[in-house]
Amino acid sequence: MTEGGNSQTVLRVEHIAKRFGALTALSDVSMHLDRSEVLGLIGDNGAGKSTLMKIICGFHRPDAGRVLVDGEEVVLKSVKHARSLGIDTVYQDLALVNELTVYHNMFLNRELVRWPLLSNRRMRQLAKQELDDMGVAIADVDAEVAKLSGGQRQAIAVARSVYSDAKILLLDEPLAAMGAKEGALILDLVRDLKRKGQVSIIIIAHNYGQILEICDRINLLQHGTITFDKPAAETSVQELTDLVVAEYRAAMARRAAEGGG
Amino acid sequence: MSKTIERVDRSGQAPPRHPVRHALRRVGDAFLRRREASVLLVAIGLGIYFASARSVFLSRDNLVNISQATAPAAIVAIGEVFLLVSGELDLSVGAVFALAPFLMHYAVDYYGVPPLPAILLALVIAAAIGFVNGFITVVLRVPSFVTTLGTLFIVIGIVLTTSHAYPAEIPAAADGTVSRWFGRGDWSEITWCLLLVAFFHVVLTRTRWGLHTISVGGNLLGATEAGIRAGRIKMGNFMMASVLGAFAGILDAFRIHTIDPNLGGGTTITFTAISAAVIGGTALAGGSGTIVGAFLGALVLAILLNGFNLIGVNANPMFVVQGVAILVAMIANVYLSRLRRAGRS
Repeated sequence: MTEGGNSQTVLRVEHIAKRFGALTALSDVSMHLDRSEVLGLIGDNGAGKSTLMKIICGFHRPDAGRVLVDGEEVVLKSVKHARSLGIDTVYQDLALVNELTVYHNMFLNRELVRWPLLSNRRMRQLAKQELDDMGVAIADVDAEVAKLSGGQRQAIAVARSVYSDAKILLLDEPLAAMGAKEGALILDLVRDLKRKGQVSIIIIAHNYGQILEICDRINLLQHGTITFDKPAAETSVQELTDLVVAEYRAAMARRAAEGGG
Repeated sequence: MSKTIERVDRSGQAPPRHPVRHALRRVGDAFLRRREASVLLVAIGLGIYFASARSVFLSRDNLVNISQATAPAAIVAIGEVFLLVSGELDLSVGAVFALAPFLMHYAVDYYGVPPLPAILLALVIAAAIGFVNGFITVVLRVPSFVTTLGTLFIVIGIVLTTSHAYPAEIPAAADGTVSRWFGRGDWSEITWCLLLVAFFHVVLTRTRWGLHTISVGGNLLGATEAGIRAGRIKMGNFMMASVLGAFAGILDAFRIHTIDPNLGGGTTITFTAISAAVIGGTALAGGSGTIVGAFLGALVLAILLNGFNLIGVNANPMFVVQGVAILVAMIANVYLSRLRRAGRS
C-alpha cells in the first residue's frame, strides 16, 4: 500500500520481513522517505518499530525484502556501513560521552588534530558555529555534557549527526522522558532542519500527539506491517488514537476468543 | 563557566561592598573546580604541619627521601590512571615492577647485553605482558581484575623461580653512569617521574589517545558507535601500564642498589599506586581521572609515611593511616564534586 514516492525518494524499503525464532517481528513492510521529508513512524509497543529501525540503520539484516538508498538497492552490512551511506541513528542517551565537553563530543572520533595535539580552539569555534547555525542554544561549548539537560544532549547528538553529513536521520523516541520545554527544543531543531532541507528524518514515536505537528507524513506500524500512510495534514490525533484503540480492542477480543476456545 | 561569572557579577552589582572578596571567590571557584586542587591543599597542609613539628622534615636528605618514595608510586599510578579511566585495572603491575630489574640483570650478566639495550629489552618484555593482559581482557572478555590477578601470580612466580628467591647485585656494567641516571642519583627518580607526569598529562588531556581513553571508559557503547576501536585503546593502556611499572621498578632497583625479588613489596606498590590515583580524583568507574592528581596523591602518601615516621609513629600503624587517607580522600571527592556541580548549574 505504500508503493508511492517519486524520484525524490531517498530511502525505500520493500516487503521487509524479519523473524526472531518463532516470533515474527516484521511480516511485510514497505515504506519510503522523500528528500527533506519528516516521516513519523508510530505504533504500539511490540509493533516492530525498533526492529524496522535497526534494519534501516544496518544493525539487523532482514530475512526478506530489500532496502534502496537513492533508488539503488543496498545490502547494509553494519551500522558503520549504513552510516557511510548517510544513514545515522540518534539514540536518546547513548550517543554522547558525559565526561567530555560539548565540542569534543561534536567531534568524537573525527577530532581535528595538529599532530600530536588536538586543535581544541578550532574544534570549539566550529562546534559553536555549527550549533548556532542550527539554532541550538548551548551557552557553553566548554561544559561537560553531564551538566546539560536531556534535551540539550539530544540536540547535540542530532547536530553531530547532521554535521557528519548524515542524509537520513533516524530519531528514536526523541521526546521520551522529556519535559515540555525540553521537547520544544527538539521540535524546533527538527523544524529548522526541515526548513533547510539537507536531511530527511524518520521520527519513531510512541506518543504521536507530540510529533504530529512537525511531521509531513505519518506511517502506522501494526503487527509487523504498515497499515496506515497519510500526510500529517490529513489526519489528526483523534483519527490515530481511534486506529490504535481499535487495534488494541481487536487484539484483546482475539486473546479472549483464544483463551475461551 | 560563563554562567558562574554571570552569577558572581549579578551578586556583585547590588551590594558593591566587597569587590575583593568577590574576586577572591571567583579565583577560589576556579581553583576548586580543578580536581587536583583539594589534593594539593592537603599535600601543602601536611607539609606545613610536619615541617613545624620536625625541622628535619625540610632538610635536603629528607626531601630526597620523600621524592624517592613518591616517584615509583607516581610512575606506576600514571599507567593505572589510564587504565582506570578506560574502565580497567591492572593488579599485575607490581610483579612486573619486580621482574623488570631481573630481566635487565639476566640480559647483562648471562647474555652479555649492554645495559641500555638490556633496560630496553626489559621494557619490551613488560609491554608483552601488558599485551597478554589486554588480550585476555579485551578479546577473551575476562574482567581485568581477574586477568591481572592471574598474571600477577604468574609473574611473581617467574621472579621467584628464576631468582631462586635470592636478591642479585646490580650488574657491574650498569653500575656507574647508567645507574646514576636511572635512579641512583639523588634527584634522578623524581626527575624521571616529573617528566613522565608532564608527558602523560598532555597525552591524557590534549591528544586523541587521551580523549578516546576517556570516551571508552565514560560511554563504551557510545564510543564504539562513534567508531572508536575500544579494544585497541584498552590494549594500548595495558601495555603502557606494564611498561611504566617496569621502568619504575628498574629505577627503584638502581636506587636501593640491589635487585630484590620482593622489590615494591609484591602488591604493595600496585595498591599504593591505585590509592594515589584514587586520592588524586580518578574514578574507579572509568571516564575521569588526572595524572597530576595521581602524582599529588602519591606525594600525599609519601609525606604521610615520612612525616609520621619523623614524629615517631612506627611503620605498622601506617597501614591504618593509608586506609584512612583513601577513605577521607574519596569522601571529600564525592562531596566536592557535588559542590562543583552545584556551582555550575
